[in-house]
Parts: sequence; C-alpha cells; structure tokens
Amino acid sequence: MKILVTAKRIPDPGQKIKLKGNALDLSAANWQLNQFDEYAVEAALRLTEDGAAPATRQGAVTVASLGPADVQQQLRSALAMGADKAIRVEAKDEELDAVIVAKTLEKLVRRDQPDLVLMGKLAADNEGNDVGQRLAALLGWPQATFACSIQVVDGGKALLVGREVDNGVEIKKVRLPAVVTVDLRIIAPQAVKNGRTAANFAYPEGPRYASLKGIRAAKDKPIEALTLSGLGVSTALQVKTHGSELPPARQAGKKIASVHELVEKLRSEAKVL
Amino acid sequence: MPFAGVDFLQLDELLTEEERLVRDTFRRFVDDEILPVIGRHFREGTFDASWPRKLGSLGALGASLTGYGCAGLGPVAYGLIMQELERGDSGVRSFASVQGALVMYPIHSFGSEEQKQRWLPKMAAGEAIGCFGLTEPDFGSNPGGMRTTARRVGDTYVLNGEKRWITNGGLSDVAVVWAKTDEDGAGQGGAKSVRGFLVERGTPGFSTRDIHGKFSLRASVTSELIFEDCVVPASAMLPGVQGLRGPLSCLNQARFGISFGAIGAAMACYDEALRYTKDRKQFSRPLAGHQLVQAKLVDMLEEISKAQLLSLHLGRLKVAGTLRPAQISMAKRNNVRMALHIARNARDLLGANGITDEYQAGRHMCNLESVFTYEGTDHIHTLVIGEDITGIPAFD
Repeated sequence: MKILVTAKRIPDPGQKIKLKGNALDLSAANWQLNQFDEYAVEAALRLTEDGAAPATRQGAVTVASLGPADVQQQLRSALAMGADKAIRVEAKDEELDAVIVAKTLEKLVRRDQPDLVLMGKLAADNEGNDVGQRLAALLGWPQATFACSIQVVDGGKALLVGREVDNGVEIKKVRLPAVVTVDLRIIAPQAVKNGRTAANFAYPEGPRYASLKGIRAAKDKPIEALTLSGLGVSTALQVKTHGSELPPARQAGKKIASVHELVEKLRSEAKVL
Repeated sequence: MPFAGVDFLQLDELLTEEERLVRDTFRRFVDDEILPVIGRHFREGTFDASWPRKLGSLGALGASLTGYGCAGLGPVAYGLIMQELERGDSGVRSFASVQGALVMYPIHSFGSEEQKQRWLPKMAAGEAIGCFGLTEPDFGSNPGGMRTTARRVGDTYVLNGEKRWITNGGLSDVAVVWAKTDEDGAGQGGAKSVRGFLVERGTPGFSTRDIHGKFSLRASVTSELIFEDCVVPASAMLPGVQGLRGPLSCLNQARFGISFGAIGAAMACYDEALRYTKDRKQFSRPLAGHQLVQAKLVDMLEEISKAQLLSLHLGRLKVAGTLRPAQISMAKRNNVRMALHIARNARDLLGANGITDEYQAGRHMCNLESVFTYEGTDHIHTLVIGEDITGIPAFD
C-alpha cells in the first residue's frame, strides 16, 4: 500500500504564547511535529509492515510538509521513525491557509497516486480540522475522519475505519483510495490491522521512538523540495486572520468571611441564585 | 510541561540535525520510561530489568562503535545520549557507560574476531550485560598495584583475586577482568604485565556479591567480583592490548561520556529548581523573585552553559583525533563538580521538599557523590592536569 502522510510542524504546545502586535510571535518557538501527524506516521508504518518483523515492508510511506527549510528537521524525524521518503513544499507559515494546503496536497496526490492519505485529525496549533475534509472533496475521494482504528479488508481494496462517537464506536467502510484522519487512539497497541501482521500482535502504546539505526538511515533518505508555484497552486490567501489576543489573565479570587456573605455574593455578583 | 532542555547560548545551532534527533529521542525515552519509575527504583534499591533491552532496541548501547549491530554514532551524539540518560538518573547512565565504553569498547578495540562476534551483537541489543573489573578493595586510584593475577597453565589461565565497586557486576553475563600475568617477559607482577580477560558468568571459581546500603546510585547494581582458582581458556584473553593502556583507554571513553552525563543531571536540577521557585510564594512573591534565589539560579545556568561548550568542543576534538586524556580529565573534573554543586543548591532552593524523593534534586545530589569519586576521583583528575601543565607527576 502506498501511503501519503502529512506532517505539519507546530510550536511546542507547552510553550507560553507571545504576541507581536496582533499576530503570534513565533520567533522563539520550539517547533515540533504535530502530535496527530506523528500518530498518522505510526499508523502508516503499521499498515505497511509485519509487526513481528518490521524490516519486511510491503508498500511505502511518503511524508509531506509545507513550510520553510527548518521543516526538514520534522520530516527527518518521520524518516527516522521509518518512513521511506519525504516531500517539502517551500512556504512561509504566514503564507498558508487550509485552502492552499489542501490544494497543494491535491496536486501531490494526483502526481504520486497514493492508495491512502493519512493525516492527523487536526494540527494542535490552530486546531483547524478541515484540511483532510477539503482534500477528500477536492479529490472526490471517500473520507473517514477521527479514526480510532483501521482494518484493511477486501484484499486491500477497502478499509474499515472505527470512529469514536458519543455513544460508541462507529465503523465506516471506505474503499481505496481514500483520505483518513486519525485521532489519538489510533496508536493503541492493536488499533491498526493490516491483514499481514498476526491478529494478536500488540504494538507498544504510542508512536515508536526513532532508533539510532533509523536516525542513521534517515540521513540517506530523499527529501524532495517543491514550490507552490511549481505545483501550480495559487498563493492567494482565502482565510485571513484578523487578529489574535491572549486569554484574559485570571483575576485574584475574593475571600469571604461567612456563609451569609457567600450566599449574598452568589445572588448579587455571580447571579446564580 | 515536559523538560525542554537548557540552552541559554543557543548551542543547538552547533549540533547537526542527526545529533538533535538523537538527543530528542532519548529525551522522550527518559520522560516516558525512566522518570515515571526512577523514584521507586531508587527508593527500593532496584535496577529495572527492562532497561537493557529497551536501551538496546533504540541502539544506545555501544552507540559510538561501528559494525556488530552497533549504531556507529559520532562522539557528540553519543555524549548527548549520556546527557539525556543522566538527566533521568546517574545509575541508568552508569549502566550504559559501563556496557558501552568499558565492556563493548575493549572487546571491539582489543578483542579477537571470535570474541567480537560472540558478545558485541548481543550486548548492543541489551540481551547480554557486561561489567568491568579493574578496581580492587585496596587499589582504586592506583590500579597498577592490583593484586589479581592470571597464571598461565597449559592452554588456560587461572585467575585469583578480588574486584570491588563494579557497576553491573551481579547482572553480568560477562566480565572484562584486568589481571597481572606471569609471562610476556614484562616482569612478573609489574603493571606492564596487565592483560584483560573475558570471564563468563557461571565459570567455576567466579562469583559476585552485590554491595548494599548505598546512599548513591541506588537504581544501579554495584558488586564485588571474586576469583578463586577460576580457570578460563587462553582464548578468553583480549589479544590486542597489554599493560595499563588497555583499561585506561576504556576509562577515557567512559569519562568523555560522563562529562556529558553530568550536564544532564545538572540540567534536571536546574530545571526543577527554576520551576519550583517560580511557583512557590514566600513573602508575597515567588521565591524566584528574591535576589538571593535569582543569584543561585543564574550561577547554575552559567555553569551549565560553560560545561555544555566544554563537552561539545571535546567531542569535536575527538572526531578530529586530537583529543588528549588530560583534556578529558578537565571536562570530567569540571562538569561533575559543577553538577554536584548545582544539585546541592537545587536541593537548598527546594527547601524541605528537596529532602524527599518526590523531587529529583536529592537523588541527583546523592548520585553525583559517586560520579565525583568514580572514573578517576576529582583529586586524580586534578593531578593528571597538574602533571600535564608542570611536567611533574605528583601522584606518589
């Protein structure tokens, strides 16, 4: 199975956000791979290997990202996990929106013809959650979002995709080629079944570590560099950010002397009584 | 919020992409696999049996060696692994240092092809564990005086003697044992007659006894090795080296890694002290808002930054092939001193909380007391550098 996986870099979600004017100041950001994309890389690797003998691969995993040259670091970490090759489309972060990203991915898909596009359900920076859906629409492909499990069926022609919904797990059957976006439970030990790995095989929980051998091997794996104009993607932003503001700072609480005063405040100030 | 490193001087820019990837992998490994259990292991005095294979599957054991299933990393990447492991715990780093630098390295450098094939792949995978027997109860800083002997009898050697303070001793499948031989024309019993032997667990006459009651390195096994008419085949000898150059070259590898490791322990203590003092309020403001506290934090950061530059530079010298043992002595001496000092100050800033194992500083502080003493005591490294600059050895 040929799989295209997206890999967006995002600022470390644990870092304090700073503003410069009314835009985010990312000059001191620690960049890292969007965690949901990392889960998608892990799921893609599980789909293309025999878990008991990971070296015997069937299929190939390509990781794609849009961004400046630094993105190479995140792509290299996906290659070190085991992906086969990478594509970087040159772009500045502020020149991208979900429409441009989806259209760029569409071009890559039409060029490389993967059987499956695996993506994180959203990027944990702006939590947009729409590139996967847009891409499926542009391609006219079936889509399954928020996957918590994937099972290859019909001799590799379709997937059964589990999605956690309010009152249980919904199973969707999508024929390939398709777009699937993954949620965090896709990295559970038995969430991905490719029909080749023994049915009772259990992976360690979570995305795999890049081993030193993987890191060494990644040095020699190709990262193809492309441009938006070379792919014929219009660079006019359709989603415009009008401003950013930090959440208001928390006010200090008030100390209350008596139950009587508490009831009074709940009535007059909090207005919950 | 997970540990994000200490990099005041933007030294990351001096690292290659590969070095950063390696560092980040082990940073995550320590967060996931070491920190959640290290407090319990330290308290109970236990080594986690799952660590060797986990480290092996990532390629951390003998990572700077090439071939035989080893990762073939450069010295800086290797050092950064040691740094991250010791950010977890000096005991875990000690395990990896001994396995890689003190056992796999001499087998790789001085062993026969058969010895390499037999041990290196299994040791790289963490399926076999090794220890290094040099120090004896009465000979630590002065290994040339060792009493352990290997007497040639036909096609065998007969080992007698005792080794002490041996990390991994009780866990080991194989021990690299240094002993004086009675042959090779180098003068019986002289330091030049020292040879290395691979002694396997279960060899009659070889036993180990673990040392208990340690204040330090409690998550690591420390043992005595006892040899009583222990007969090994002549093929158990490391053919490629004779004299103290053998063990000392191993120690140079290990000390280089320790200079990085100490930075990891210091970073953990600084990071913990910084978080704690920013969070805890005394006298109407966070502790970190007090001048005396800030001075301590700045001292820590400054020392860590200098140590980072020192070790990084030595790594580059190592690649160039110009690194001298006295320079490694300076890095080991400086970095372990600074780490111990930082651990003590971090414990201080944590107040009463610093004396419990809910926090890391006390554990690192106790561990670093061992690191200060092992692999060349602070005194010995002082004298190594002293001899280097004056030309006068002051050991005797």
